Amino acid sequence: MVIRLRNITKVYRVGAERIAALNGVNLDVDRNEYVAVMGASGSGKSTLMNILGCLDRPTGGTYELDGRLTTSMGASALAHVRNERIGFVFQSFELLPRLTALKNVELPLIYARAGWFSRRARAKKAIETVGLSDRMRHRPNQLSGGQRQRVAIARALVARPAILLADEPTGNLDSRTSEEILALFNQLHRSGQTIIMVTHEPDVARHAKRIIRMKDGRVHSDLPVEEDPVSELPAPTPLAGIPLEVSA
Amino acid sequence: MNPLQLLVAPVVLIYQSVFLALGQVWANKVRSILTTIGIIIGVASVTAVIAALTGMKQSVLTQFESFGTNKVFILPYPPDTGKRVVWRWADLRFHQHDFDEMLEHCPSVATFSRNCDYTQSISYGTHTESNVDIVGIDPQWHQVENRSVILGRPFSLIDNEHARAVCLINKIAQDRLGLDTDPTGEAIMVGDRRFIVVGVVESRAESSMFGNGRSDAEVFIPFNTAYTPDNGFVVVAASKSPDVSDEAQAEITFYMRHKRHLRVDQPDNFRIEVVQKFVDQFKSVASAITMVAGGIVGISLLVGGVGIMNIMLVSVSERTREIGLRKAVGARPSAILLQFLIEAMVLCLLGGMAGLLGGEGITAILKSIPQAKLDQASIPGWAIALSFGFAAAVGLLFGMFPAIKAARLDPIEALRHE
Ligand SMILES: Nc1ncnc2c1ncn2[C@@H]1O[C@H](COP(=O)(O)OP(=O)(O)OP(=O)(O)O)[C@@H](O)[C@H]1O
Ligand SMILES: [Mg+2]
Repeated sequence: MVIRLRNITKVYRVGAERIAALNGVNLDVDRNEYVAVMGASGSGKSTLMNILGCLDRPTGGTYELDGRLTTSMGASALAHVRNERIGFVFQSFELLPRLTALKNVELPLIYARAGWFSRRARAKKAIETVGLSDRMRHRPNQLSGGQRQRVAIARALVARPAILLADEPTGNLDSRTSEEILALFNQLHRSGQTIIMVTHEPDVARHAKRIIRMKDGRVHSDLPVEEDPVSELPAPTPLAGIPLEVSA
Repeated sequence: MNPLQLLVAPVVLIYQSVFLALGQVWANKVRSILTTIGIIIGVASVTAVIAALTGMKQSVLTQFESFGTNKVFILPYPPDTGKRVVWRWADLRFHQHDFDEMLEHCPSVATFSRNCDYTQSISYGTHTESNVDIVGIDPQWHQVENRSVILGRPFSLIDNEHARAVCLINKIAQDRLGLDTDPTGEAIMVGDRRFIVVGVVESRAESSMFGNGRSDAEVFIPFNTAYTPDNGFVVVAASKSPDVSDEAQAEITFYMRHKRHLRVDQPDNFRIEVVQKFVDQFKSVASAITMVAGGIVGISLLVGGVGIMNIMLVSVSERTREIGLRKAVGARPSAILLQFLIEAMVLCLLGGMAGLLGGEGITAILKSIPQAKLDQASIPGWAIALSFGFAAAVGLLFGMFPAIKAARLDPIEALRHE
């Protein structure tokens, strides 16, 4: 099991008010699973993802990642875990504007203390994986939204993480560009990557193999994609001319 | 990670942080300059003040040097017993032969000359010069003062023995009296006595410090010619080197007490002044002044540090999102701390460098002012090292708080920051 969550709770305090964003979440995710997390706005999806990504700590419960109990780790150990085992893709990309695409992708390797040559080589390879070899020297503001998200994915993948987490990775993209990103995810999944992504859109969720629906900070349903209502929707008309053969 | 990597990794991280910091400074050029202005002015003034003081010290020491730092003066002097005892000159004064065995008993003393000086007018033909130093000297005077005869001959033992009316004059006296290029054999008047010039002595090195309104012209006559018991004399000795001045002083004291039959309970009735002592005293006073001035100006560096802290705090809050992202991809708190600390230090060190250039500029200006007599002013190496050390320390000190603030940021909070 890559991920094992037990009775995870998260309570925010705003003034005197206590907001329970997560209300006892239990979740197991195995290697090479492709999970989509769905649910109404405010149901706690982002909160859950942040905890999975070790960006945030739960108020209660335990979280084991790759057999290690992260909930008892200090800030430095958590940074190490994020660096080595987690690739996080944000809805708003979060690229550093002054760095080139390649440098952005190299960032995790800098903190992994990789040497210059291996860093360059691995970053280039990751950029190739997302099909942006010809945009390595561009800065984020010289790239389209889809290209930016692909750079962000390359950055998430560059350190070969155990899990790839994506919080609404297509939320800021049009449907055509979204399909490109999803094609990339499919391909990563086929090559063995464990993926968990949050989405609102059934058309996006349909690409996953397992659908988790959240409600009021709890797991409401957890079904293989074939049994989830998303598969009952009419299949979207395939968009013409989307190149799915991004080089591996 | 293999051992080599473990060793290299922190170095790489520091080096990367330096690059990152330089990039940050470059990206905010104007802001960086304004921020470091405190440091720049601080370092510039510290180094310029130290350079000026160093120059002053150097020029005074050069004067001491030309005066002779191995010299030891021995003078009759009533002891300060506190009691109102009146000393008779007859008991205090030195006797002509008091020093005859001094060299045998004082191994640290190289040589000495008995000098008795008074002032007189001198004249030659229509030329007259008043207030001239007339000094009765022993032949060894040339070694003691390190001033040789450039024309003619020095005094012989016979000149002294017979108290002959011969004299040596210095170049200035020669010019003032309008004497020929070779004045030897000419007769000049010293007071109302005729003296035959036998030679010309080098003029003493220019010493504004010890001049006191007397003429720069000098006339030297044999000791015995000048000596009268009423005027007395002093002795100027040269120790074998400035380093053995203390030994020379002790030896002479012992010799003199013996010579003057002083009992153990009687105080010295003479005084010994060692030039090296003055030099040492001056040096310590000069360093104290340098330190105080450096310290006062150093405070301005601290003020500059507050500016650095301010801008680093701004930088941290501006870059909160960046910090969040860096943390999200695995930067440890220590790496963030290092990044901001190094940035503060790079700012301070760049300011230090600019300040040093400013200091060099001010020093060059000071040197070019002739009245200031600071032509030997220069920023000593230790001052450069100190300013950089101080600038780095200021960066470290005032960068610490913002850096800790950045390192402590919660990754998700930082990423949510607008
Ligand atoms: N920093 C915060 N402080 C206080 N409350 C918060 C904070 N972050 C989230 N919440 C609350 O926690 C609950 C869950 O929020 P979360 O962001 O996880 O929802 P979500 O499912 O991702 O919603 P959306 O689909 O709109 O992104 C919400 O009620 C939200 O108001
Ligand atoms: Mg959300």
